[in-house]
Amino acid sequence: MTIAVLQFPGSNCDQDAFHLFASGLKLPTRYVWHKDRSLGGADLVVVPGGFSYGDYLRCGAIARFSPVMAAVRDHAEAGGLVFGICNGFQILCEAGLLPGALIRNASLEYRCQTCALKVEASTDGFSPRTLGAEIRLPIGHGEGNYRTDEAGLARLEKSRQILLRYADNPNGSLSDIAGIRNERGNVFGMMPHPDRAFERFHPSQDGLAVARAVLAARFPEALRAAS
Amino acid sequence: MKINVFVTPKKNVLDPQGAAVGHALESLGFGSLKGTRVGKLIELEVAAADTPEFRARLDRACRDLLSNPVIEDFRYEVKE
Repeated sequence: MTIAVLQFPGSNCDQDAFHLFASGLKLPTRYVWHKDRSLGGADLVVVPGGFSYGDYLRCGAIARFSPVMAAVRDHAEAGGLVFGICNGFQILCEAGLLPGALIRNASLEYRCQTCALKVEASTDGFSPRTLGAEIRLPIGHGEGNYRTDEAGLARLEKSRQILLRYADNPNGSLSDIAGIRNERGNVFGMMPHPDRAFERFHPSQDGLAVARAVLAARFPEALRAAS
Repeated sequence: MKINVFVTPKKNVLDPQGAAVGHALESLGFGSLKGTRVGKLIELEVAAADTPEFRARLDRACRDLLSNPVIEDFRYEVKE
């Protein structure tokens, strides 16, 4: 069980994500540069937060064309786990690995705060039974306003693809959506930062359980071992 | 050949930036404003002939990179 954390020019939460999996969950973790064409056999690919390519054009639009993203697409198509946090979520939406898109916050403000999040019953890992009815995670973004059309939202609801909803919507996101997964259940994305919520000095320690919930989809033993 | 690609938020997609610019226009005394949408203009200069194959490539570039079809529409003007 190994983890790859991608690094794009402008990624700035790559070390936080690395720390979450390497120190928090004590799993073998390494960085993969955006020019690499191989993920080196990683079981989980983490697409970290930041401002890849300066957020030029649209957040995540350029990162999607990095050489490593072809490997990420193959990995996802083969059923491998992918987890995008913040800018990573935006990249996965731009790449079409997750449905929908993220636009400017309705307030036009960059929002940096700790959010209460309602846990939806989505997977074995992401459910109120495993995570509790509500968790708290920090956010820090200017473009976290999730958008999809009516049919898209209906599909998300029907296949239980919504992972987390804001208790108090900070960005205007459709249906208070903070995080989703793909229909198959191997690609996850969220605006909140579990990588900023597990040390004692962090505003919450719920991030570790979220990292475990991602792994639970394919590696239930990792969930048990770490709980 | 010069191409201007216009990317605009879809009509049914919330445009917070357009709304904020609209409010500012109202403060400026710009009356009878019925709507403000903010988009992008992308200017391309290419050394290619305007053929159906080129148009197909241009459409693809607009669809796959220059705009995001989930939230945006695009149109372009081709100028010799």
